[in-house]
Amino acid sequence: MPNAEDLQAVLLTLRLAATVTVLLLLIGTPIAWWLARTRSWLKGPVGALVSLPLVLPPTVIGFYMLLAMGPWGPIGRLFNTLGWGTLPFTFTGIVVASVFYSMPFVVQPIQNAFEAMGDRPMEVAATLGAPPLAAFFTVAVPLARSGFVTAAILGFAHTIGEFGVVLMIGGNIPGKTRLISVQIYDHVEAMEYGRAHWLAAGMLIFSFLVLLALYSRRKDRIDV
Amino acid sequence: MSFIKSLAAGLVAAFVSLAPAQATEKVTIAAAADLKFAMDEIAATFRKAHPGDDVDVIYGSSGKFHTQIQQGAPFDIFFSADVGFARELKAAGQAITEPKLYAIGRIVLWSAARDASKLTLADLTDPSIKKIAIANPQHAPYGKRAEEALRAVGLWDTLQDKLVFGENIAQTAQYVQSGAADIGIIALSLAVNEELTSKGGYALIPAEKHSPLEQAYVVTKHGEGNALASTFAAYMATPDARHIMTRYGFVLPGEIASK
Repeated sequence: MPNAEDLQAVLLTLRLAATVTVLLLLIGTPIAWWLARTRSWLKGPVGALVSLPLVLPPTVIGFYMLLAMGPWGPIGRLFNTLGWGTLPFTFTGIVVASVFYSMPFVVQPIQNAFEAMGDRPMEVAATLGAPPLAAFFTVAVPLARSGFVTAAILGFAHTIGEFGVVLMIGGNIPGKTRLISVQIYDHVEAMEYGRAHWLAAGMLIFSFLVLLALYSRRKDRIDV
Repeated sequence: MSFIKSLAAGLVAAFVSLAPAQATEKVTIAAAADLKFAMDEIAATFRKAHPGDDVDVIYGSSGKFHTQIQQGAPFDIFFSADVGFARELKAAGQAITEPKLYAIGRIVLWSAARDASKLTLADLTDPSIKKIAIANPQHAPYGKRAEEALRAVGLWDTLQDKLVFGENIAQTAQYVQSGAADIGIIALSLAVNEELTSKGGYALIPAEKHSPLEQAYVVTKHGEGNALASTFAAYMATPDARHIMTRYGFVLPGEIASK
């Protein structure tokens, strides 16, 4: 049976994934909107930057995050100056890292949905006198609903599956940075296979169900 | 046509010339992370003495190697930071030699941001020290000894909120080196490396504060019949190898630990 520490890791992981998903929907939506509509030459570079975590090994992200967040790095200095304390080995630290790490999984579905929608709905809304912001929330967001749902599911699931980055900047602190994936790793290293199985099998079933839900949705809506 | 033929012939010739000229022997070594610098040097001197042979060293946590070797990992020799792992492999039939003691490890307080050479474990309660890195006591031998030492001075419970855990002793050192942790308890063998001594300083933690870090190696079942594995294992007892180990702060079997 999973013990108290395992349950703590499960709850912490869910808390991280929920926090990151909400933050990413807030940060990712304007980025996705801009990427979907802009004709600027910056579209390529920004799109590539957002998608970097898709191809970079987590060790690269973890390594640079650790240096950037450390007392001598730019993010670390900024946080110190603002009196917010240091980021490595804190829950806030892994939230910041995960936002970056899961960004493409949220931005891309929303961007695709906005692109599939085309310019027409917003033009009609403008013709009918809707201010841009109102048109965005009453026309664009409902039309892209499917993309938002996909984005939220993928962002949440991908954050739960995170390991390498958290191992490098987390410091494995119970209740703060010891996620399910890290806990499984520790169980395996300590030869506690029984406890590793509980968590690992749980992750397997959870991930399958998430993807099942996602792909069952996709049968009806191919456009996201 | 003749151009394509000669191109093909050229390519074949190029591939053939890339192939090794003679059959070489190869040994793959799994070594505890605290050996990083010492074993790099030992392997380098061994390679000089055995040109043409392949020596690969992979560093990681002893606990992980122990698990991997149980599952048939292709390592020929396993240098464990804890004799216990080596004994378990022997008992499980995964090692073909008895565990052979090669060194006794020491732990130190080390910091990259401040001079730790005058510090003792009691100073860790200082409020300016926010994060203390140790290796994970759950499976890393150096982490276990760090926990024992902190318990011995009665600070384990007090310091809980400051502790961060590295996956192995090298990652623990890296947490300190990057400044992310203010101070750490790491292996003396890592702290004496130039790259680390150039920053901050270190203080030995008295050996009586923790159980001895007896380190042993075994030749694995995979290494059975590998002559180079036996040769390398024997090389550890030569004056050359012992000299390097001593330089990295290891106490060798048959010598007396300094305080």
